[in-house]
Amino acid sequence: MKRLRNPFVAESGTYKTSYKNDMKLFKTKKQTIIMMIFIGLVLVLPLFASNYAIGLLTLGAIASIGAIGLNILTGFTGQISIGVGAFLGVGGYTAAILTSTVGLSFWITLPLAGVATAVVGGLFGIPSLRLKGLYLAIATLAAQVVILFIITRWTSLTGGTAGMTLSRPKIGEYSLSSNTSYYYLVVIILILTTLYATNLIRTRTGRAFLAVRDRDVAAQIMGINLFSYKVMAFAISSFFVGIAGALLAHYTMIVSPEFYSIEVSIEYLAMILVGGLGSVFGSILGALFITFLPVGLDMMISVISGYLPNINQILSSFKELVFGLVIILFLIFEPGGLAQIWLNIKSYFRLWPFSH
Amino acid sequence: MTFFIQLLVTGIVVGSIYGLVALGFVLIYRASDALNLANGEFVLIGAYISLTIMTAYNLPFILAVLITLVFSAVLGLVVERIILRPLQNAPVISVIMATIGLSSVLGGAVHMIWGTQPKSFPAVFPATPVEFSGIIIAPVYLYSFIIVMVLLIIFSLFFKFSKMGIAMRAVADDQEAALSMGINIKTVYAMTWAIAAVVAAVGGILLGNINGVSGSMATIGLTVLPVVILGGLDSILGAILGGFIIGIIQNLAGGYLDPLVGGGLKEVVPFIIIVIILMIKPYGLFGKGGIERV
Repeated sequence: MKRLRNPFVAESGTYKTSYKNDMKLFKTKKQTIIMMIFIGLVLVLPLFASNYAIGLLTLGAIASIGAIGLNILTGFTGQISIGVGAFLGVGGYTAAILTSTVGLSFWITLPLAGVATAVVGGLFGIPSLRLKGLYLAIATLAAQVVILFIITRWTSLTGGTAGMTLSRPKIGEYSLSSNTSYYYLVVIILILTTLYATNLIRTRTGRAFLAVRDRDVAAQIMGINLFSYKVMAFAISSFFVGIAGALLAHYTMIVSPEFYSIEVSIEYLAMILVGGLGSVFGSILGALFITFLPVGLDMMISVISGYLPNINQILSSFKELVFGLVIILFLIFEPGGLAQIWLNIKSYFRLWPFSH
Repeated sequence: MTFFIQLLVTGIVVGSIYGLVALGFVLIYRASDALNLANGEFVLIGAYISLTIMTAYNLPFILAVLITLVFSAVLGLVVERIILRPLQNAPVISVIMATIGLSSVLGGAVHMIWGTQPKSFPAVFPATPVEFSGIIIAPVYLYSFIIVMVLLIIFSLFFKFSKMGIAMRAVADDQEAALSMGINIKTVYAMTWAIAAVVAAVGGILLGNINGVSGSMATIGLTVLPVVILGGLDSILGAILGGFIIGIIQNLAGGYLDPLVGGGLKEVVPFIIIVIILMIKPYGLFGKGGIERV
């Protein structure tokens, strides 16, 4: 049936006439087309962008995978984790040990790194049955410190503070040593992760996660097995964090305990907060934002330093200050994060010029 | 044996400072259910300000301490008003992240103003060590311990008898009931933050006297977490006892086990203790477990 459309009136809603329609990931044709164009743009970007920009985007995409993982745990299931840094480390070191020491191929170690991190994450998720909120946050903080200590001290396995070196993955004879090729690899994994996470929320498991977040005791009364779902949330979340850790390790080609400090954990938490808790799209926005923030500040500083020559000495402290400020401002003025801002902008234009 | 007692004494002194800083933690948690992860930066700022006042303006120690305390109290009030009050009904993660953001802001500001080089405190306490039957104690340790003990006694009297202290306990117990009895909760929150900042600053000044002042001092903000978890997040007595226990265990582990694993155990042992406590007795030695109704 073809409907007449008045081109001057905005759409009034999407009407679903079948269950199949209701279950679609993209509700309208327009959405599908926009998404295809966007993915197309992402894929052709390397043709125009500089090598440096592609490197940054790769880092942003890797961070997005980790942030989506953390958002599954913190945003969807409501379990606060300050231990992401160490879980990234578990993924990175698993990849390093399996490829460099054991000699397995990257394509086998990548999922294995995810699985290993999922096991460790699930293990540290066990206390979450008894602990909530602040107590759980502190427990994950303890996990961060303890895991990092083990990594630093188990010198025979991990190389201690010196770290380990890795190589870029290969497809047959072709090595993904250029930034562009690695970018494609990471982007494809990011798209798969995004698809998985978006679909996860629409399944029984995802709905159980949301119920646990909103009120875990009520969820339990309704027949949700708290223990298995909380541990599952930790495991699924850690799986993606581990994948991100392995990708990061193969990108930088070195792993060392200092890359996985508590500051990294805080950065990841900042990503999902700035992006939007419980939003997959927000995780990506937040990850890109936090990755590009220091770069943007660097550029700003290089402009200012013409006038204030001393500013380079306090650069790192200045970055720290701005980072904290960004977190606080978002929390106070837009707790919904960038995802919420995006929605606001969209609905503003959709209803324009009659916004009320 | 002397080695053991030496470690024990150090543990007790460091533990008493932990207890003091943990007190600020517990106060804030009791009043507003928030975890102040910027506590370490309060410690740092207290230390740097008293140091600057003493070295740059050559004021006597007591005066410098007083000015520092006033400044810290104001800092606590400002932080509460600007950051915590808008987030009063926000979820736990927002409050945690806000204090993490605050610690980043304060840390960045401190490094921008004072740099990252460690500085030593001008000698305040006499330098000749005191000797008790073979055990040598630096006077700094002795004085620190006495100061902390006096402060703790003052605070327990304050909570027991003063109107403000009783109001604070009432708010910690039941906010709505306190509100209906005519207690101004906003004032109580503000006072809580001021006291927490002051207590942290005292800890900073004492630690500065013992170890010198540097940016790494802020890690005490994290080291104190095991203390409050051990004692129970909402117990003042627990914070103080927990401080001693963690201080002693930390120093003993550092002294005896460090050579076995190659160092660094001192910083990690408290967190291993956390994991164990959370598994066995999640609400600590004196904390209250909640009953939840749906």
